[in-house]
Amino acid sequence: MGKFRALCSQFRAIIDRKDSDQDLTDELESVVQMHVDDNLRAGMTLAEARRQALIRLGGVEQVRQAVRDRTGFPSFEGFGRDLKYAARALSRTPGFTTVAILIMAIGIGASVSLFTVVHSILLRPLPFPRPDRLVAIYSQDDLSKPDSDNNTASGDFYDWQKSSHGYEQMAIWRITGYNMSANGGQLPEFLNAGACSWNFFSTLGVGPVLGRWFTPADDNLGAARTTVLSWSFFERRFNRDPAVLGSTIRLNGQMYTVIGVLPAWFQYPDPKIQLWVPWQIGAPSHILWSHYDHWGHVVARLKPGAYAPAAIQEISATQHRIYLRFNGTGPVEQGAIARPLLQDMVGDVKTALYVLLAAVVCLLLIACLNLSNLLVARSAARRRELAIRTALGSSRLGLIRQQLMESLLICIAGGFAGLLFATMGTHWLTSHWEELPRAYGVRLDNTAIAFALGITLLAGILAGLLPALSASGGNVILALQEGSRGIGGSAARTSMRKTLLTGEVALTVVLLVAAGLLFKSFLRLRGVDLGCTTKNVLTMNYFLRGDKYSKPEQIVSFDTQLLEKVRHLHGVEAAGLTNVVPGDGFYGDHEIWIPEHPGEAPGEHHFAAYRTADPDYFSTLEIPLIRGRFFSENERLDHDKYVIVNQELVREFFPAEDPIGKHLRVEWRTPEGENYEIVGVVGDTTYQIGRDVTPMMWFPILGGIPGNSGDSALVVRGAKDVMSLATPIQKIIASLDPELPVKNILTMEQIVGESTATSSFTATLVLSFAGLSLLLAAVGLYGVLAYLVTQRTPEIGIRMALGAERESVMRLMLLDGLRPALIGLGLGIGASLAVTRLIRSVLYGTSPLDASVFLGVIVILLLSSIAACLLPAWRAAHIDAVNALRAE
Amino acid sequence: MQQKTEVWLGTLSLMILKTLGTMGPQHGYGLARRIEQISGDRLLLNYGTLYPALLKLEQEGAIASEWGVSDNNRRAKFYQLTRAGRKQLEHETREWRQTNAIMARFLALSEEG
Repeated sequence: MGKFRALCSQFRAIIDRKDSDQDLTDELESVVQMHVDDNLRAGMTLAEARRQALIRLGGVEQVRQAVRDRTGFPSFEGFGRDLKYAARALSRTPGFTTVAILIMAIGIGASVSLFTVVHSILLRPLPFPRPDRLVAIYSQDDLSKPDSDNNTASGDFYDWQKSSHGYEQMAIWRITGYNMSANGGQLPEFLNAGACSWNFFSTLGVGPVLGRWFTPADDNLGAARTTVLSWSFFERRFNRDPAVLGSTIRLNGQMYTVIGVLPAWFQYPDPKIQLWVPWQIGAPSHILWSHYDHWGHVVARLKPGAYAPAAIQEISATQHRIYLRFNGTGPVEQGAIARPLLQDMVGDVKTALYVLLAAVVCLLLIACLNLSNLLVARSAARRRELAIRTALGSSRLGLIRQQLMESLLICIAGGFAGLLFATMGTHWLTSHWEELPRAYGVRLDNTAIAFALGITLLAGILAGLLPALSASGGNVILALQEGSRGIGGSAARTSMRKTLLTGEVALTVVLLVAAGLLFKSFLRLRGVDLGCTTKNVLTMNYFLRGDKYSKPEQIVSFDTQLLEKVRHLHGVEAAGLTNVVPGDGFYGDHEIWIPEHPGEAPGEHHFAAYRTADPDYFSTLEIPLIRGRFFSENERLDHDKYVIVNQELVREFFPAEDPIGKHLRVEWRTPEGENYEIVGVVGDTTYQIGRDVTPMMWFPILGGIPGNSGDSALVVRGAKDVMSLATPIQKIIASLDPELPVKNILTMEQIVGESTATSSFTATLVLSFAGLSLLLAAVGLYGVLAYLVTQRTPEIGIRMALGAERESVMRLMLLDGLRPALIGLGLGIGASLAVTRLIRSVLYGTSPLDASVFLGVIVILLLSSIAACLLPAWRAAHIDAVNALRAE
Repeated sequence: MQQKTEVWLGTLSLMILKTLGTMGPQHGYGLARRIEQISGDRLLLNYGTLYPALLKLEQEGAIASEWGVSDNNRRAKFYQLTRAGRKQLEHETREWRQTNAIMARFLALSEEG
């Protein structure tokens, strides 16, 4: 009750403030008068009586301020006044204000941008109902090795489905692709597609926008062919015409009935998938019940209330029984593991994103320290003003509040500009970072804006508190005196600035080291020798599928005609065919047996990645021949029992013998397998940048086996500007088969660039953050030393008057400025040694303690600190002693 | 610093209420002198500190003020307890005694132990 009444009277007091002020003045005067009366009676002189009375009262102004604070709403009224005051103070120094706002805008913008990406990709749940129950299940090669997970064989999947009790539903899918014939005046095109078991969409919990999903009857070897379209494909190719339901489209020459359309937000596993077909229709029939062909990705939904570890344990046990049943006769997986679906999707970029987030937080901290530093310098200039205000009755809290207001204003302005930067930055990040999963869902949402607000306020308080505290404390008298005499400076303030700088330098060093490591790793990656030439090579893919290419002769005829015509194009130096070029991915492997090595332990399985090649492929890509020969022109069609292997395969399987003339038995042409004679050994090529070389074998693409030889990558080496060859080659292909779409027209350099994109991104971004921090730190260093020199001008003048050499003065000042840099450097190196281990997983071929990077950072930092300190130190050394002393 | 004043303010309010309760209406200067006298001059007040406390009590409605004339014919503001103030005095006295008793027991305990 009393509280409420107090509140009311506080409100009233705001309205008639003048009256209450006058009232208080009168009252205080009366108190003093009565006290004076008493003192006079005690025998004091009038002057002494009044003096004593005033002392006992404790300062009229202070009392008045204390009472005033209680009358109105101090924080509320003070807020408006502080705001006005701070705005006025800032507008008086537009240069300082602009720089400060810009620094904060960059820091806040970068943080918000990265936070948005991290939040949208790593933290926001998947857009499915109860996404926490969704898991990705992987087969496990070797139970003793936790990271030996592999895709799942279709046969295993069906067994899991039957035996599982912990999962509501379990579905399998894989990425595939179809040539879609021209229809309705639209060009033929290659479609990225998915094949999935009938319950895939219901496992994820997605309903169709139009039509229906697959049924068990659709997902059957002999079933009528059906397909479900993605929203983007439905929109792009069919103009969102619902009449497409029930109509047929021609994929790989066969008719598929459209039965449903996915919602627009459905982008799993990625937005490139244009349509889906049932698993048993889309996957080659020989793998459907196989336990050897690990082709599928499995997703499952946990039953409500089921215990996740028990559910996967059951699957793993089932898998282990399968493994034991096969008793080593084929490559069967030993167990299974489950991962939350979200983690499975973003696992690859998680570390990279967190590294970037950590880097921008560092950058923001540095920006805060910098602002803090600038504010300390500013408050130093206003020390007398603050002292006078204290003497006039300002409370310390009031002064701190008012100083905080300045940094808050700067940060809020910076925050707004930062939000603008963040919008642009986020857009740029998601549109340029190709490998980013879930990139389509990244947007600046309320959480991100709340985050921006939070860090803005935090930064404002962080940056403002230290200067405010340091400025408002201390002895008023001293400050007033100090203002009139320059010598001695304000040592406490300078040491505060130096401490801030030390922190700034230390953080900068950590950033620089991280950037250096990432960049070195990136250079390593870029410098990886693919094992072939990447200069002036153009590649493109086409897939020979359907009735037109169901016989080997048809495939071989197309390929030979194409090669013949391309080789005659002007500007083409060489042309060849393969299925996958180096650096473009693993593609797949086959088990191999070596007839010359009988009696190998059962349960021992050898694999080699498989490739195809025409006779000219290796020389086109300049892959060196180590032994034997390339394929010959007559090794085609049925006469194709020859294979070329890489050095790694020889190292692994023929360590002490000549492989030429030996054989590999591979299930290549038929599921039973045939023997292929090794005719050549070629140099190792890398299937993916950053991965180890694996054993690899090439079969003659001109064997023309449908399915195996149908996947083609045309490789063309030219004299220069190979991109200009793309159109003539496409025209040749169209003249041979107007229905055949061409995909991925890329130079080898582009392929390499794509596979190092994440690394390039992280390295470039962290490097630019580090560069920015270095700049901020150097500017800070310069500022402090320049300030110090001004402060110490009289002292230096005296020194020089007493005969100090210019060099010694310069050395003195230089050392003074460099000390915080050196301490910061030491701290930063120490911190880097501790934290770089965290980024080990994103480094390639670079130790987290790489000496050259650390050394480089030390040199760069020293050089930039010396550069920053040189000018003020030089100026100090050239102070004119007479003028300096006179200026006193 | 801030906290010390708050605590002081708390006890000061009670002293003001009690002084007004037993001695009747007083002006600020008189109040300050009485408090000093009652404390046996062991409390040395800056008279200025009294005013925020007085204002707080007035805002809460525990005391009321009125301009009048002092014994030596000086214009002065007189403070007196309201009915709510009397209640508050009783309540706070009780609480303070209780706190004191509890603290006394604790201190006795530590001496014995």
